[in-house]
Amino acid sequence: MMETASTIPVSGQSESPWELPHRGIVGMACLILAESAIFLIFVVAYVYYIGKSLSGPTPAQVLELPILGTVCLLSSSITIHFAVSALRKTKMGVYKLLLATTVLLGAIFLMTTAREWYYLIHDVGLTIKTNLFGTTFYSLVGLHATHVVVGLIMLTITLALSLRGLVTKENAERLEVLSLYWHFVDGVWVVVFTVVYVLGR
Amino acid sequence: MAHAPALAVIDQTLETKRRPPLDVVYEWVTTVDHKRIGLMYIAYALIFLLIGGFEAVLMRIQLAVPNNHFVSPQVFNRLFTMHGTTMVFFMGMPILFGFANYLVPLMIGARDMAFPRLNAFSFWISAFGGLLLYFSYLGGDGLYGMGSAPDVGWFAYAPLTAKVFSPGHSTDYWTLSILLSGIGTTGTALNIMTTTICMRCKGMKLSRMPLFVWLMVVTSFLVFVAVSPLTAAQVMLTLDRYLGAHFFDTQAGGSAVLWMHFFWIFGHPEVYILVLPAFGFISEMIPVFSRKAIFGYPAMVAASVAIGFISLSVWAHHMFTVGMGPAGNTFFVFSTMVISVPTGIKIFNWLATLWGGKIIFKVPMMFSLAFLFQFLVAGLTGIMLSAAPFNWQLSASYFVIAHFHYVLVGAIVTALFGAFYYWYPKVTGRLMSETLGKWHFWLFIIGFHLTFDVMHVPGLLGMPRRIYTYEAGRGWETLNFIVGIGALFQTVGTLIFVYNMVRSYYHGEIAGNDPWDAWTLEWATPSPPPAYNFAVEPTVRSRRPLWDLKHPEDQDENYE
Repeated sequence: MMETASTIPVSGQSESPWELPHRGIVGMACLILAESAIFLIFVVAYVYYIGKSLSGPTPAQVLELPILGTVCLLSSSITIHFAVSALRKTKMGVYKLLLATTVLLGAIFLMTTAREWYYLIHDVGLTIKTNLFGTTFYSLVGLHATHVVVGLIMLTITLALSLRGLVTKENAERLEVLSLYWHFVDGVWVVVFTVVYVLGR
Repeated sequence: MAHAPALAVIDQTLETKRRPPLDVVYEWVTTVDHKRIGLMYIAYALIFLLIGGFEAVLMRIQLAVPNNHFVSPQVFNRLFTMHGTTMVFFMGMPILFGFANYLVPLMIGARDMAFPRLNAFSFWISAFGGLLLYFSYLGGDGLYGMGSAPDVGWFAYAPLTAKVFSPGHSTDYWTLSILLSGIGTTGTALNIMTTTICMRCKGMKLSRMPLFVWLMVVTSFLVFVAVSPLTAAQVMLTLDRYLGAHFFDTQAGGSAVLWMHFFWIFGHPEVYILVLPAFGFISEMIPVFSRKAIFGYPAMVAASVAIGFISLSVWAHHMFTVGMGPAGNTFFVFSTMVISVPTGIKIFNWLATLWGGKIIFKVPMMFSLAFLFQFLVAGLTGIMLSAAPFNWQLSASYFVIAHFHYVLVGAIVTALFGAFYYWYPKVTGRLMSETLGKWHFWLFIIGFHLTFDVMHVPGLLGMPRRIYTYEAGRGWETLNFIVGIGALFQTVGTLIFVYNMVRSYYHGEIAGNDPWDAWTLEWATPSPPPAYNFAVEPTVRSRRPLWDLKHPEDQDENYE
């Protein structure tokens, strides 16, 4: 009997209510920590190589402040925040509108990056091979843009599911996890903007 | 008595029907069960342990006598690169994460990990990383140069990794395999951290978690902040090699020293990623075999967390010879010496746990005691090397090799062997043979000391690392020969260990649920534990729930 049975300590009365955090949010927090470390290394490389390029063009010559893209991306953080709370309150119309706005704002941001890169590669002739500025600029901004693309794919899927009526109040917790990722992407942009377009110029 | 926990006696007999082999394979490949994934991690790491060990033996044969031509210089370069990379990324981390995968949910009373499918993904991507590394023997130079593996050293300093100096694809295989291993490791660390925070059973407060779980939390944190920089650096290296970027291209103003910084920002915390789980094993085994609760539990937790943080600020002690200037050198000398304080606290607490205990000399305990001594010595040579002027003399000599192998083999592998003997009965339901275990212990420990005690001396006499041979008459011959003999002892010991595992699986003594009379929750389950571990959710009231269960008159919570 004792060979195959297990004796597990259980107790009827528990000392206090036992509440633990939601695993999605903790998992995302861990991912954000790991991703921050990756971005930190790229930012360090960028800062270390500011002004060390052996040939032109320099950031001051070719970079413009991406005002439109920045405004759009930062606003999208606000819209997704209210999208989550709308979903919590089951205001489905408002929720869908806010989520669609988030996707749109993110897409506009990507368009501004694409136009900037087209200008730099096609008109200026700055590529990742040109000099240290090109190397660090394209890798840092590109790494961030990759994260925006991943976020947009996830948001678009969520939007498509919402429009088909498959997202309900019960999914608000999951949408919040996604919104954490999106806030992180925004936060990274603040750092990238400061380093690349303000300090680096 | 009102607080005495009730018994929940539940029949969890496992069905043991024989199934066709293909079904079994399919089941293992598609499993998301934390125990099976843990075992697959351990199995794949053991295969790489044998491969990496084989490479070490080849190198020791080459260096046993002067002017040897057993292997060519090119092959020797590949051997030490593959040995280092294999042992750190494809043996050390997977085996420790395998143990963590198996044990953490059991120890905290959870039914599985927080993200079972992510768990399977992490395992498979790490495993394919290892295969990719060894595939470079075939694919490194395409069909023309069979047998070309990475030969840039395990820390792959720039500009040696540039396309000009490392043509072909072997370096790319190295980069990609480490990138994949990094993704897998981060996924598993995320899983362990989330499991620990979100899946604990009732009453399992943070202040009651087994120390092994605590140490895995610190390890996982270090994986986030230390493995990610390596991933970033590998991306940069790939951009350099494939798109012509200039991160580490000194011809275009890039910096080779930046790679060193990025690598060691990973590289030094990595030592702690490997050694902290070993601390965890020791912190579980020493109390059980001393028949005492761990001494100074809060101090142990605090010291672990302190080690985690301080280890992030010591990386450049690998770079004293680069010329960082007095300020940089002073900072890194100081921070490196500071880390010996929390480490010392741990050693004192283990000793205090032994003190006055009723020590039982089973094989796991013997390995734990060997760990204590060897880890202390490794720490002492570490303090020697942390002094910059001493380091200038001995950097990149065999003294350094001896020091870090003392940590990796003397501390980590020794603790791991102990952990195998300790948890094997839980995993298989059968005890490993004590007699064979003692043979393994003595042969391995004698071999270890022959190899790595003696190896310090050629280092002091000026023998540099990574040389494929040396002239006679420098006073290194006898020493290197003894080092080689030690490697032989360790090989025989390890083979006995493998034989013992296989033999005990079929013929070992039946273990029962709790062969060591231990106290943590994994021993409350049958051996092997069934799917989803616990039929009812356990409730704990102290750090030693099974002690409370066995001693209703003397509850631990009265003392904690």
